Amino acid sequence: MRGIIKSSIARKVAMALSGLFLVVFLAQHFTINITSVISPNTFNEWSHFMGTNVLVQAVLQPILIFGVVFHFVMGFILEYQNRKARGDVGYSIFRGSANSSWFSRNMLISGIVILLFLGLHFYDFWIPEITTKYIEGDMSGMHNGEFRYYEETVEKFANDPYRTGLYVLAFVFLIFHLLHGFSSAFQSVGFNNKYSKALKTFTKAFAIVIPLGFAFIAIFHFVTHL
Amino acid sequence: MSKLDAKIPEGPLAEKWTKHKNDINLVNPANKRNIDIIVIGTGLAGASAAATLAELGYNVKTFCFQDSPRRAHSIAAQGGINASKNYQGDGDSDYRLFYDTVKGGDYRSREANVYRLAEVSGNIIDQCVAQGVPFAREYGGLLDNRSFGGVLVSRTFYAKGQTGQQLLLGAYSAMNRQINRGKIKSYTRHEMMDVVLIDGKARGIIARDMISGEIERHSAHAVVLASGGYGNVFFLSTNAMGSNVTAAWRAHKKGAFFANPCFTQIHPTCIPVSGELQSKLTLMSESLRNDGRIWVPAKKEDAEAIRAGKLKPTEIPEEDRDYYLERRYPAFGNLVPRDVASRAAKERCDAGFGVNKTGEAVYLDFASAIERYGKEKAFSSGIENPTQEQIKKFGDEAIENKYGNLFEMYEKIIDQNPYQTPMMIYPAVHYTMGGLWVDYNLMTTIPGCYATGEANFSDHGANRLGASALMQGLADGYFVLPYTIGDYLSDDIRTGPIPTDHEAFDEAEKAIKDQLQKLVDIKGDTPVDDFHKKLGKIMWNKCGMARNEKDLKSAINEIAELRDDFYKNVRVPGKVSAKNAELEKAARVADFLELGELFAKDALHRNESCGGHFRDEYQTPEGEALRDDENFRYVAAWEYKGEPKDAVLHKEELIYDNIELKTRSYK
Amino acid sequence: MKLTLKIWRQEDANAKGRFETYNIDGIEGDMSFLEMLDVLNDGLVREGKEPVEFDHDCREGICGTCSLQINGEPHGPDRRITTCQLHMRRFNDGDTIVIEPFRARAFPIVKDLIVDRSAFDRIQQAGGFVSVNTSGNTIDANSTPIEKEKADMSFDAATCIGCGACVAACKNASAMLFTSAKVSQFALLPQGEVEASERVMHMVDQMDKEGFGNCTNTGACEIECPKGISLENIARMNREYLSASVAE
Repeated sequence: MRGIIKSSIARKVAMALSGLFLVVFLAQHFTINITSVISPNTFNEWSHFMGTNVLVQAVLQPILIFGVVFHFVMGFILEYQNRKARGDVGYSIFRGSANSSWFSRNMLISGIVILLFLGLHFYDFWIPEITTKYIEGDMSGMHNGEFRYYEETVEKFANDPYRTGLYVLAFVFLIFHLLHGFSSAFQSVGFNNKYSKALKTFTKAFAIVIPLGFAFIAIFHFVTHL
Repeated sequence: MSKLDAKIPEGPLAEKWTKHKNDINLVNPANKRNIDIIVIGTGLAGASAAATLAELGYNVKTFCFQDSPRRAHSIAAQGGINASKNYQGDGDSDYRLFYDTVKGGDYRSREANVYRLAEVSGNIIDQCVAQGVPFAREYGGLLDNRSFGGVLVSRTFYAKGQTGQQLLLGAYSAMNRQINRGKIKSYTRHEMMDVVLIDGKARGIIARDMISGEIERHSAHAVVLASGGYGNVFFLSTNAMGSNVTAAWRAHKKGAFFANPCFTQIHPTCIPVSGELQSKLTLMSESLRNDGRIWVPAKKEDAEAIRAGKLKPTEIPEEDRDYYLERRYPAFGNLVPRDVASRAAKERCDAGFGVNKTGEAVYLDFASAIERYGKEKAFSSGIENPTQEQIKKFGDEAIENKYGNLFEMYEKIIDQNPYQTPMMIYPAVHYTMGGLWVDYNLMTTIPGCYATGEANFSDHGANRLGASALMQGLADGYFVLPYTIGDYLSDDIRTGPIPTDHEAFDEAEKAIKDQLQKLVDIKGDTPVDDFHKKLGKIMWNKCGMARNEKDLKSAINEIAELRDDFYKNVRVPGKVSAKNAELEKAARVADFLELGELFAKDALHRNESCGGHFRDEYQTPEGEALRDDENFRYVAAWEYKGEPKDAVLHKEELIYDNIELKTRSYK
Repeated sequence: MKLTLKIWRQEDANAKGRFETYNIDGIEGDMSFLEMLDVLNDGLVREGKEPVEFDHDCREGICGTCSLQINGEPHGPDRRITTCQLHMRRFNDGDTIVIEPFRARAFPIVKDLIVDRSAFDRIQQAGGFVSVNTSGNTIDANSTPIEKEKADMSFDAATCIGCGACVAACKNASAMLFTSAKVSQFALLPQGEVEASERVMHMVDQMDKEGFGNCTNTGACEIECPKGISLENIARMNREYLSASVAE
């Protein structure tokens, strides 16, 4: 395993794998969230399960957080190295648009927007959850005799055009990030063959549909609670 | 008695090389570690020699003026490499390859050398495949072959149109392996300025670091010159811009005889010259002649209309076209050797049938090949009555598979689509058969100084066959020199390292420093390129495809005058001790200005026509070359005596025991 | 054609560089880009100035010596060509052309537009070869049949000319396309398979040491590569590297 941690390829593969892991998480997160539009009861039940299941909370959640942190930290490290690789004097003109997509060249920008969004998202949901469950010790998931999850979610968007707007904006950048990142991850782990074209179509579709779905959920709750 | 001893081994032709290898002295592996060898140039001949010598255990230093050994101009060879493998079962053999090469060279090469070349040719292919050179293959997984001009068998191995590149990268990778092992030290962006002789033996070189401008001393027990040919004496040629004669010429001035300088190959299929400011000519692989038919309009008025832009070649009906090679040489047709094809093109253009603006181009037409392939493919695809469009489509595809990259290259340069309209081609200087005289061991007349590849006067006689240059470069480097050099070096096992503070180094270094300073100090008003272009014009017009006594005499005078002018009026800006492209060019052009004169002198003395050397005075009534075996069956090796015009001729008589001298006929 | 040229001038590796503007006239469409620079230099020498130095040699698109970042793209705006194959018919009268050296930490400037690409040589030296003796005593060339498709793929990878356009075009100055081309060429052939693991490990190590950036799969290299070397090679190298490092 010589140099696997230090080598450029290993880092790139690590980025890809953590990215793919986050993509899977995104799909799972979306599946649960969309139930908030279809059936508040299901949403409550699933949320409660996820919020109180020991395996999810004690194992998967730390892995997820590690994955997120790793992806960001590694992303910044690589970006720093990559910028340094150009040398002290850069190009006066660099026509990146001639040979590559904006998304692929600006993963840092889309990534930073997503990071800022994550801050907001944690502030909105994760910190209150943790506070309720592990500081105040209330594991019941109940509020006034009913599951609190649906209400809490809806409450964030109801009557709050700014938050809704910020969420939607972040999801647009998530599209940007995924448009390049998802298919790129396969190339990084060495998957480039006759199936790649079909895979690319799938990843592009995923990159657009899932974030749009998240945006739809936010807008739905905003609009239905005007 | 001539001063020249070719050291050809005794015995029957086919056994000479084996016998020689058994007889020569070897250096034992432990002693090889104490012996240093310098290799100048990292093309096929240099890189392969360096790799093998290092592998045998010698300490090797390589020098190239390029920024990487991989960029040597061998990389530009397109068509292929010959080998007498007889994989196609069409009757090929070592003897046949030998015979074709000697005949193709118009009986001006040394039998024993050429036979050895044919003998090791198969080994080259084995070696290259083992190195991972991706030769073209058939669907069955075996190696593919194609045929090339001047022969009747398919013995050419190729890697699309990039054979030279793939072979060079193979040799470069073998070199890299030895660099990695520490057995080769590679000096890039270094120009060899002189060879240093101690007690009459080559013991090192003076080199210029082209980045810092520093003059360096490097010592060794032997020096191998694999520095390529001198086609750039014509300014416009298919050689790389940096290709030069300096290493060979400086060795010549130190005592190495220069052989047959006038034997130059003018390649028939190059892209015609477009303008005065053109810097370089581009070759189109000779393999194109396998499928392309060469023609000019049969009527002068058609040719004039084409030149005036009033008529398109596709509008000329079949009966008004003159497929002059097929007409003159029915047996070989478009596949006659290069010298014959080139001269025939010149003859038609001189007669007023040329087809581009300057009247110096002929057509190379693929229409009938496209149709032939198209029909074949339609048939094998089960289409019974294919439409013209289907045929054209299939045919275009077949041609694209074979020559796609060449067609693309042509279109980029000329801006015309060769699938729709015939290509225009014209001969251009391509390769120099002449070079430093070497004996059977590839040693020049300076003991310890060897020459390999295009740099030596080589195995090609007066004309080289297609796909033979790569073969010779690699044969010399991989399989010949590494053995023969041991014979010489076996005396050096106790010599120890050669000191670079010897007075011979002092003198050589001072001479080079003075020369460079002199060039910068002239401070005239004319850029180096002006002189180079003028020299090129003299060479092309008077020492080109056809030569005569009057022109050659005037060329000698003109070149001498130009040289005087150069030393009075050249302007070399910048410093000696820094990167200075103009200074690099000036030093090279200075040598071309001397070589050019010797070239003309050699052409003038050779009162016969043979191979690439065609003298107007010596031709048959049909305009074919008229050789004079009685008086000129020799290698002309010139000894330097101060001025090119004072060079002294030494003759190495060529003895043909195994081949009957015939008039070369491709009819 | 009349043109305005903005060209990077830098005396040597340590000097501070700057752009200089030159106006040039009489350029014809049939001239190559480098011939246009020849015309410029001819004028400069006649004025007693130092010409602009640039790397070039074969001028037929195969040696890989010429470089140049032209209007923000390596080898200029056309595809599948090197700078020496770029012709002036691609430009219009009155155009301004900005000419810079390839820029990468691993490609330090030598002078003006010339850069030092010896990092590429060192990557090759680290493992870009098959360890076979050059004695000629190998097996017959036809004793190992190779599937045509694989041989062709290997050839396609082997057509890399080592010009460095991939590094110049990459926003990260990554040399992955170059390195992967050689790794692929050998990995695809039975001759190279034997030491495939060692090769990829060593070459990637060296590539990293030289200070090239990381690949982020933007694909710019493939687009700008004069020989059209495919990104598939990078994927293959990633695979080779992963399996090699796991096996180790």
